[in-house]
Amino acid sequence: MAPILELKGITKQFPGVLANDHIDLALNKGEILALLGENGAGKSTLMNILYGLYQPDEGDIFINDEKIVINSPTDAIDAGIGMVHQHFMLIPVFTVVENIMLGQESVKFGDFLDRADASKKILEISEQFNLPVNPNDLVRDIPVGIQQKVEIIKLLYRQAEILIFDEPTAVLTPQEADELFDIMRSLAKQGKSIIFITHKLREVLEVADRIMVIRLGAVVGETTPQQADKNSLAAMMVGREVSLVVEKETKVPGDIVVSIRDLLVTDKYQNIVVDHVSLDVRAGEVVGIAGVQGNGQTELVEAITGLRKSAGGQVTLMGRDITHATPRKITELGSAHVPEDRQMDGLVLPFPTAENLVLCTYYKKPFSKGAVLQYQIILEHAKRLIHDFDIRTPSALTPVSNLSGGNQQKVIIARELSRPIQFLMASQPTRGLDVGSIEYIHKRLVQKRDEGCAVLLVSPELDEVMELSDRIAVMFRGKILAIVDSQLVTKEQVGLMMTGEIPEEGFHANENRVVERTF
Amino acid sequence: MKREPNKFEEAGQVLLQEINETGDEPTTQKRSLWSAIAIPVLAILTGLIIGAVLVAATSTSVYEAFEHSFGEGLRTIFIEVFTAYKALFTGSIGDPAKISNALGSGDDRLIRAAFNPFLESLVQATPYIFAGLAVALGFRSGLFNIGVEGQLFIGAACATYVGYAITGLPFIIHMPLAFLAGALGGALWGFIPGLLKATTGGHEVINTIMMNYIAFRLTEWLLSGAMTRPGSGGMPISPLIQESAQIPQFFQSPIRFHLGFFIALGVAWLVWWLLFKTKWGLNLRTVGANPRAAKYAGLSIGKSYAIAMAISGALAGMAGGVQILAVNRSMALGLSSGYGFDSIALALIGNNHPLGVVLTSILFGTLRNGATRMMVVSKIPVDIVDVMQAIILMFVAAPAIIRSLYRLRKPKQEEETAFVSGWGGGQS
Amino acid sequence: MTTRSQIIQRKKIYEIPPTRKLFLGIVELLIALVILLGFVINTEPNTLTRFVMTPGGIDIGKMPDWVIPTLPTLIILTIIPALIGLYQLVRGFGRATNGMVGLSALCLIFGFITWQASGTSVNLAGMFTSAVLLAVPITLGAFSGVLSERAGVVNIAIEGMMLMGSMIGSLIGSITNNAWIGLVGAILSGLLLSLIHAILSIKYKINQVISGTVINIFSAGMTAFISQKYLQTNQALNSPPLFTRIPIPGLAKIPLLGPMFFNTNVFVYLTFILLIVIQVALFSTRWGLRLRSVGEHPRAADTLGIDVIRTRYEAVLLSGIVAGLAGGFFTLGSVGRFNEGMTAGKGFIGLAAMIFGNWRPLGAMGAGLIFGFADAIGSKLLLLGSAIPPQIMAMAPYLITMIVLAGFIGKGDAPAADGEPYEKE
Repeated sequence: MAPILELKGITKQFPGVLANDHIDLALNKGEILALLGENGAGKSTLMNILYGLYQPDEGDIFINDEKIVINSPTDAIDAGIGMVHQHFMLIPVFTVVENIMLGQESVKFGDFLDRADASKKILEISEQFNLPVNPNDLVRDIPVGIQQKVEIIKLLYRQAEILIFDEPTAVLTPQEADELFDIMRSLAKQGKSIIFITHKLREVLEVADRIMVIRLGAVVGETTPQQADKNSLAAMMVGREVSLVVEKETKVPGDIVVSIRDLLVTDKYQNIVVDHVSLDVRAGEVVGIAGVQGNGQTELVEAITGLRKSAGGQVTLMGRDITHATPRKITELGSAHVPEDRQMDGLVLPFPTAENLVLCTYYKKPFSKGAVLQYQIILEHAKRLIHDFDIRTPSALTPVSNLSGGNQQKVIIARELSRPIQFLMASQPTRGLDVGSIEYIHKRLVQKRDEGCAVLLVSPELDEVMELSDRIAVMFRGKILAIVDSQLVTKEQVGLMMTGEIPEEGFHANENRVVERTF
Repeated sequence: MKREPNKFEEAGQVLLQEINETGDEPTTQKRSLWSAIAIPVLAILTGLIIGAVLVAATSTSVYEAFEHSFGEGLRTIFIEVFTAYKALFTGSIGDPAKISNALGSGDDRLIRAAFNPFLESLVQATPYIFAGLAVALGFRSGLFNIGVEGQLFIGAACATYVGYAITGLPFIIHMPLAFLAGALGGALWGFIPGLLKATTGGHEVINTIMMNYIAFRLTEWLLSGAMTRPGSGGMPISPLIQESAQIPQFFQSPIRFHLGFFIALGVAWLVWWLLFKTKWGLNLRTVGANPRAAKYAGLSIGKSYAIAMAISGALAGMAGGVQILAVNRSMALGLSSGYGFDSIALALIGNNHPLGVVLTSILFGTLRNGATRMMVVSKIPVDIVDVMQAIILMFVAAPAIIRSLYRLRKPKQEEETAFVSGWGGGQS
Repeated sequence: MTTRSQIIQRKKIYEIPPTRKLFLGIVELLIALVILLGFVINTEPNTLTRFVMTPGGIDIGKMPDWVIPTLPTLIILTIIPALIGLYQLVRGFGRATNGMVGLSALCLIFGFITWQASGTSVNLAGMFTSAVLLAVPITLGAFSGVLSERAGVVNIAIEGMMLMGSMIGSLIGSITNNAWIGLVGAILSGLLLSLIHAILSIKYKINQVISGTVINIFSAGMTAFISQKYLQTNQALNSPPLFTRIPIPGLAKIPLLGPMFFNTNVFVYLTFILLIVIQVALFSTRWGLRLRSVGEHPRAADTLGIDVIRTRYEAVLLSGIVAGLAGGFFTLGSVGRFNEGMTAGKGFIGLAAMIFGNWRPLGAMGAGLIFGFADAIGSKLLLLGSAIPPQIMAMAPYLITMIVLAGFIGKGDAPAADGEPYEKE
C-alpha cells in the first residue's frame, strides 16, 4: 500500500545552519512513526515545513501519491494534516468550544457564531475517541492534560488524517503520558496516521511502530522498537557512545545550609501556589525537586531567591533569616541562582557577554570603584571565565544574544558558579540544550556539590532529578508530598508521586538502580 | 594565529558599541561610519524632499503657473521651493554674501547680524539638547517620557520664580540656584508618573500626557495669579527675572548666543558618563533592557523607574530653565513650540545616545530657526517643521522603508527599537 | 517561557488584600471628613439648593426643579461614606468593595455640587446633558482603541487621528456646506492615518507606540500648517454647518433622560449604535472571534489558517474610522470651527477609558461617561463663580484619568498579544 504521506529530499537552510538536509520520510496509514532527535536536530523545522509555517528550499511533499504544495497552515489543514504543538496553541481566555471551532466556526444568520452547534460536534468527537472535555469551560481554568485533549479534538474537528505530536509529554506526568499513549494507539487503530516527535527514548520504545532518528538535520537511521534499545538509540541520536550515568560519589552531607519552614506563596489572584512547604538542604548534597511543571516549583524558587514575596513561613540561609530579604541581599549572603528562563531572567540579551558575566556583582569592588565601572577589570574577568568555562563567543564584547543557547547557559553557569557560594539554586539548568552542554552542566553541578555547596535542583525531567540528586522532594499542587532518598526509590515510584499518590508499599532499597538520561 | 586585541582597541570597541547600541538592539561587531549614519542622513534628506512637495503643493502661484503651461508650472515649483529652502538656509546658517560683505565693511553691527543666523540656530538647539537627553535617558531606562513638555513648563516656572522672587544674591549663586530650581521642578513632575508606574503600574505614556495638561493649567493659573507681573492687566506673564539670575549672553544684540549652550554640552557629557561609565547607569540600562533580568540581578525595578523619570524630568526642567534664564527672561504661556514631541523624534533619530542627541538637536534647532525666516519670505507656516520631523522620525523608526527607497543593502541584524508595548505597566 | 503554576487547585487566602482593605477604608473616611470640614461647616442653616432638571433651550421633556435643604443633605452625604468607611475597616465589603468606593466618591461629588449651589440653583440636567456630549469623543476614542487593541495593535495615534479628523471635517464641511460630507471627510482622514499606522506597525513592525507618536506629531504639524495657511486666512473655509439636535419622537419626552439621550446630537446616537454594533461584532460573530484570537495569541490563530496580518489591518483601519468620526464631533458636532490642538488630549483620555473599561465597549462607554462628567462639572461650576479657579477645575479630567489608571491598571484583561508585532517564523 502506498504511504499516506511522503516527504522527498526536504532541505531547509537558515542563516548559518542547515536545518534539514535532504530528508526523506514516509508515513503509512494507521501507523505511529516516531521522529527521534536531540534538541536542535531539525525535527521541529521539518514538521513546521509540513505544517506550512516554513517553506522548504528544496524537496517535495506527497499525500496519497499526489504532490502537494503547502504554503500555509490553511493548506496543511486542507490536506488533512494537523499538529499538536509543543507549546499549546490555545487561547486561555476563550472557551473550549471557541478554541476548537476558531478558523472553522459554526455560524448562523450569516456571521453569527453558533456555539451550540459546534459544541454538539465536539461532544460527538469526544465520545468517538474517548476524549472527555466540557465545551463551555474556559481553557485557562482546565488542567494541562485536558488542554492537550482539546488540542487533539481541534485536529479531529478539522478531519485531520495525519496527526503530528510535537514533544507532547513535556508538560505531563508519567501517568498522564501513558494515558496520552493510549489515546495515540486508539487514534491509530481508528485509521489516523501519527508522527510523534520526541527526544525521550523510553516513550519512543513504548509507543512507536517505527522510529526514525535525525541528527544535525539529516536522517541517520531507521529502526523499530523491537530491534532497538535505549543505548543503541542514544548512540544514533548523539553520534557517539554516551555514558548514561553521571559519575557521582556518595558523600555524607554536612550542616544545614538552607532551611525552608512552612513556606506559603500566593499568586496575584491570592491563590495558594506553594502550600506550607518545609525542606532542608545540607552542604554537599543535591536535593532535587521532582514534579510536573506548574505545580508550584517556579513560585517556590522565586520565593527562596527573593524574587517573589511569600505570604507566610520562613527561609533561612546559613542560619540567617532571608524570608523577606531582597534578591541582592540573598546573593550577597553566598547564594547563586540559575534561573528557569535564561533569556528572560538570566541575561540581558543586548548587553555584551562581559557585562552579563558581572550582572550580579558589577556594583561591587573590583568591578566598580566608587560609582565608576572598571571596564578594564570587567573585561579581564570575562576573558578568564570565557576560558575557564569554555564559552564559545567571538569576543567578550559580543552581545550574548549572538551566542547559542548552550553558550548562553554557560555564561550564566560561569557567572553563578565562579563566585564563592554556599548555596546553588538551579532551576531547569539544562532545558532545551544539546547533549554536550547537558553533560558539561551536570558535571559542573556535581563538582559544586563535591566542593561542599548545597544544591537545590528543580527540573521537570524526572531522569535528570533521579540522576543528580541525593534526596528527592516530590512536589504536587504546591505541596511537597514526600522527601525520599534517591537511592531508595524507583523512577516509577517517583512518577506515581508526581501524580499525587504516595505508594502504599513504601520504598524499598533498589541496589542495582540504573538511571537513564534524557536528552 | 589569532591576534589578541590590545586593551586600547577593546576600549575603543566598547565606545563604538555604545554608540551603535540602541536600547534593545543586539549590535553586530563593527559598523562603518556610513552604515551607522546612512539611515538618519537619508531620512533627513527624504524629509526635506517631502517638505518641498508640501511647499509646492500649497503654493497658489504654482497652480496659477500650471494653468498657464506645464513648463511654467515646473519652473514655478522650482522657484518656490528654491526660495523657501534658500530662506531656510540663510535663516539658519547665514547668507555667504552678507557675511563676506559684513567682514569687508568691518562694521561690528553688520558682522553680528551676518553671523547671527548660525548662532541663533545654536540658541534654538539648546533646549532641544536638554529635552532630547530627557527622552533618551528615559528610553534607555525602559520608559517612554512623553511628558517632557509639562516637565519643561514646571521647570521654567520654578526657575522663573527663583529668578525674580529672590533678590540680593550674587550672580554666581543666583543663576545656578535658579537653574537648579528648574531642574528640581522638572524632576518632581517626572517623578510623579515614575512613582505611579513603580507602585501601581500605571503606564507612563498616559500619565505623563495627563501631567502635561495639568502642567499647562497649573502654569496658566500661576502666571495669571500668584506669579503674575504687576501691572500686566491679567495677562498671564511673569515678572522679569533679576539680572543676577540671568544666564549671560556672549554678544550684543541681535545675537542671543549664551552660556546655556555650553552648559547643555556639559550636561550631555554628564549623561553619557552616567549612563555608560557608572554603575548607576548600568542599573538604569539593565532595567531598561530587561526588567526581569534586572530583578533577578537584585535591582529594584520600581526604584529604577522612579529615579529615571526624576532624572529625565530634571533634564526637561533644565530645558525650560535655560530658555527662561538665558533667552526669554520672563515666563509667558507661549514658552514652548512643542519641544515635548520634537524631543521624542530627535532622541530616536540620535539613537538615544547623548552625542546623537546633541547633533540632532543642532539640526532641529537649525530647521526651526530657518523655518522662521522661511515663514517671513515664503509665507509657509513654521509648523511645516513638525511635519518634516514626523516624517524623518518615521523613516528612522522604519529603516526598511529608507532601504527600499534608496536600494540599500540590509544589515546583518535587523534593527529594532522596542521599548514599550501593551499597558501591563512593564512589571511582571 | 516561564511556566506559571496553573493546575493547582484554587484555594484563596482572601479576596481583597488587607492593605488594600485598610487603605480604601481610610480613603472613604477621608471623603466623609472632607465633606464635613469642607462643606458642612461652611453652610448656613436653612439654605436651599435648587437643581434645575431641564437643560436650557429645551421645551420637550420638561421636569420640575428639584429643591433640597442644603445642610441636611450634606449631613446625610457625610454619614454615608463614614458608615461605609467604618464597615470597610471592620468587616470589609468583599466583592462590593469597588462599588462602595465609587458610591463614596459620588457622595463627595454630589456634596460638592450641593454646597456650591447652596442658596442658588444649578442646572443639573444641563450638566448631565453636557456630560453626555463631552463623553462622546472620549467614548468614541475608547471604541477606536478597543477595535485596534483587541487585535493586538496599540493605538496611541487616536489623538492625532481625531485632530486630523476635526480639521478635515471642518474644511470639507465648509467647502461643501454639508455637515455629512464633512463627516465623511473626517472619517476618511482618520482612515488614511490609520493606514499609515497599520503599515508602520504591522508591515514594518516598528514599535507601535513610536508609530503612534509619528502620527501624533504629523497630525499636530499638518493641522497647524493647513489651519494657518488656509483656515485662518479664509474664515469661509472654517465655518462648517453644525449637526443640529434631532429629537426622537416619543422618547424625547421622557423627563431628564429624554433631553440627555433622545433629543440630542447625531453623534450621541452614533455612539450608541456603535456600542451595540461593536459589542455584538466582537463577541458574537465569527469576525469578532477571529479578531480577538489575533490579539490574544496570533500564532495560534495563524496555525488555524487565520490571516493575522489581514485581520490586524482590518482592525486598525476600523479603529481609524471611529477615531476620524470622533474628530468630526469637535468641529461638526460641537464647536463649529477648527482650533489648533482642539482635541486637548481627549484621544489619550479615551485610551484610559478603554483600559478602565477593560477593553470592552460597554465598559469603555461607562468610563467615557465618568470622564465626560468630570469635564462637565468643571465647566458648569465655572458659571456658578466657584471659589476654585477655572484652571484648577480644568485639571479635573486629567487628574481623574490618572487616579482611575492608578487604581485600575494591571487588574483588567488586556489582550495578551497587545503591542506585539506578529512575525511569521
